[in-house]
Amino acid sequence: MQESKYEWLPLPPDFSTHGYQVDQLIIIIHWVMIAMFVAWGIFFVYCMVKFRQREGHKAEYQPIKAKLAKAAEIGVIVVEAVLLVFLSMPAWAKYKEVPQTADALRVRIIGEQFAWNMHYPGRDGIFGATNAKFINNQGNSVGLDPADPNGKDDIVSLNEFHFPVNKTIIVDLSSKDVIHSFTINVLRVKQDAVPGMKIPIWFQATQTGIFDISCAQLCGLGHYRMKGTAYIDTPQDYEKWFSEREAELQGASQ
Amino acid sequence: MSDVVHPGHAAEAHHHEELGFIRKYIFSVDHKVIGIQYTITSLVFLLFGFTLIMLLRWQLAYPGQPISWLGQLLGETRMPGGVMLPEFYNQLGAMHGTIMVFLGIVPLAVGGFGNYVMPLQIGAPDMAFPKLNAASYWVYFIGGIVMLYSFFVPGGAAQSGWTSYPPLADIAPTGQTWWLIGMVFLITSSLLGSMNFIVTIVQLRAKGLSFFRLPFFVWAQFVTSFLLLLAFPPLEAAAVFQLMDRVAGTSFFLPSGLVVSGTPLQISGGGNPLLWQHLFWFLAHPEVYVLILPALGIVAEVIANNTRKPLWGYRTMIYSIIFLGVMSFIVWAHHMFMTGMGTTMSTFFQTTTMIISIPSVIILTALLLSLWGASIRYNVPMLFALGFLPMFAIGGLTGLPLGLTTSDIHLHDTWYVIGHFHYVVAPGTIFALFAGIYYWYPKVTGRQMNPTLGKIHFFFSFIFMNGVFFPMLFQGMAGLSRRLYDQTIYEHGKAVQGLSVYTSWSAWLLAIAQLPFIFNFFYSIWKGRKVDSDNPWQSTTLEWSAPTPPPHGNFPTPPEVYRGPYEYSVPDKPKDYSPQFEREG
Repeated sequence: MQESKYEWLPLPPDFSTHGYQVDQLIIIIHWVMIAMFVAWGIFFVYCMVKFRQREGHKAEYQPIKAKLAKAAEIGVIVVEAVLLVFLSMPAWAKYKEVPQTADALRVRIIGEQFAWNMHYPGRDGIFGATNAKFINNQGNSVGLDPADPNGKDDIVSLNEFHFPVNKTIIVDLSSKDVIHSFTINVLRVKQDAVPGMKIPIWFQATQTGIFDISCAQLCGLGHYRMKGTAYIDTPQDYEKWFSEREAELQGASQ
Repeated sequence: MSDVVHPGHAAEAHHHEELGFIRKYIFSVDHKVIGIQYTITSLVFLLFGFTLIMLLRWQLAYPGQPISWLGQLLGETRMPGGVMLPEFYNQLGAMHGTIMVFLGIVPLAVGGFGNYVMPLQIGAPDMAFPKLNAASYWVYFIGGIVMLYSFFVPGGAAQSGWTSYPPLADIAPTGQTWWLIGMVFLITSSLLGSMNFIVTIVQLRAKGLSFFRLPFFVWAQFVTSFLLLLAFPPLEAAAVFQLMDRVAGTSFFLPSGLVVSGTPLQISGGGNPLLWQHLFWFLAHPEVYVLILPALGIVAEVIANNTRKPLWGYRTMIYSIIFLGVMSFIVWAHHMFMTGMGTTMSTFFQTTTMIISIPSVIILTALLLSLWGASIRYNVPMLFALGFLPMFAIGGLTGLPLGLTTSDIHLHDTWYVIGHFHYVVAPGTIFALFAGIYYWYPKVTGRQMNPTLGKIHFFFSFIFMNGVFFPMLFQGMAGLSRRLYDQTIYEHGKAVQGLSVYTSWSAWLLAIAQLPFIFNFFYSIWKGRKVDSDNPWQSTTLEWSAPTPPPHGNFPTPPEVYRGPYEYSVPDKPKDYSPQFEREG
């Protein structure tokens, strides 16, 4: 694994187009935190030494004017407002606004205790109809309607999430049973998968590689092993994988 | 317990008929006995909750390694062959959180300190409704027994986290039903207590004790009571809803079309899992301030007393906690940024979250400014109160990146969150509670706790608390999810596994650092140095004018108040403190 660019904070490396904004905010906030803690700390330690009880030393009844402290408080308010309005809000708006581009790969990911099902629409680009009543353990883990022709070429992959690098990926996230949370650290992606809801997220990877998908929301006794793998492929590798799955599908149906 | 002679004692004995042991010490309606009952019970629960997490930390440090004697002790359903099962791991985690929050810290901070100290500080003979007060303790006690019993039902105790998110909690084993019943008792207890506190503070203040002469601790309890009163009912409703989902076939929190392990659930459906989260956090965010406000109250008392000067910005601090209290009702959804929330809702909640950080900064600054120009006495309560300040600062500051949606993407549901709130509650609130115990112990028992043991307790606790919680911030930053039974199956988990070992050892050593306290607490009841006056810390507030220990009814004559709460080192006075209760200070 590649080392983080920000060695003083143990952030994982970031291979996404939007992740730098997350990291930037985390880093700036931590500088602010350290500055405040150090300023408070110096004052605190100084007071503890200077104003200790001893012979001939008396406490003063009058409070100090503390103009500096008031200025510092206003400073904190300004800094927080800047972080909120200029860093957090725009980045979040970008993260939440799924791009309307025809060039995106759309995948459905359905969480269950304790695995991730990746549902690709196949060559036709159209997802087959699904319904919970069709879900079974005999190869229909996402509940594809056998009567729907659009579903014939749909590819379902367990725990293995292949997608090409440098391409917008849109994931519609849902869950069959309990709440899970879909997490890929190196892409700075985290989103709860809530049963009864379909939540879209998007991202674009900037580098190929193989990375862990983990679950961030307690989902039962196997929460810890709800591990998937994200394969960020070159377009050629992705095409190769996709064709192999198609061939498997045809082999199975014949 | 004490043979300090006080003129009030003899007269007092005639007022009250002698009560039997049971009426006097068990089913007492005296706020002080109830306060002590709360204190002892909640300290036992704190120790128990700590024990649960020490067990859990074994699995985190050494995943899958057996401890055979523990396996024999806990049985096949928990640790077969000495290896902890994931089910049991989840029970330990869920019950640790529940016990620490609802059975440990809140009952100690509010039920214990609030009950014992608040009526004395306002010069009241007792709480406004003494029987209601006793009822609130016993309802809490039953809630605690129900929670403990749940470990022994088939399938074990609740295991869906202290937050009990459905659908997981709806389909969890029987222990969850007991958890919900226990919660209904605990919530009821808090509601009874909070009403009693509010009425007492409004109605029973001594003559001359206006609101802006109240000690800060009383103000903190006052605001806390409003939070409990207003925030708990939604959770009580939510707990009953979840109970109905589990036992009566409703689907408040269950959407249609759930399939568990390949089998469709036979449910009515149509519910929404996020409804629970809204109801839960509508309580649980104000609850955070229930955990912290009484602690701030104690710290303010101890700091004023040991700096020998008035608190800096007494009124500013009061306005700040009122503002905190109000704001705490409109920040709850910052716990839910990753539930699919859009930009409108999240803009509102991250803005309110930034706003609520301001009064906390003001309070901390005021406490620090109180040190300037002081004459600081370094006794044990003061050490804990001073230790509280930087720890609370770390806890508060680490809340910032979690309160902004964008930085929360990476940090949400990681160990960073755990590090953050433990800094607020463990070396924060618990240090303040220790400060309070050492500070008011002489009033309760007539004896001082041993200061040497107290200092040992403080320094080692301070070191090991940081040893436990600081590495968590690093692990979270590295992207490690919380509540993992075995993090080593992930590359990034393996990379920070060493910190888990370090944390676990710090936790076990932290437990050893509590031994001097436990010994001191009991030893000093009988062998501690006797106090030579009713006011051993030379304090200004009303509780120190009462006989030691205060008898039933507290004050021989109704006290009168002549000045503000923190008149220390007033110029041209013979002594450096001017008590509220002395006409000529």
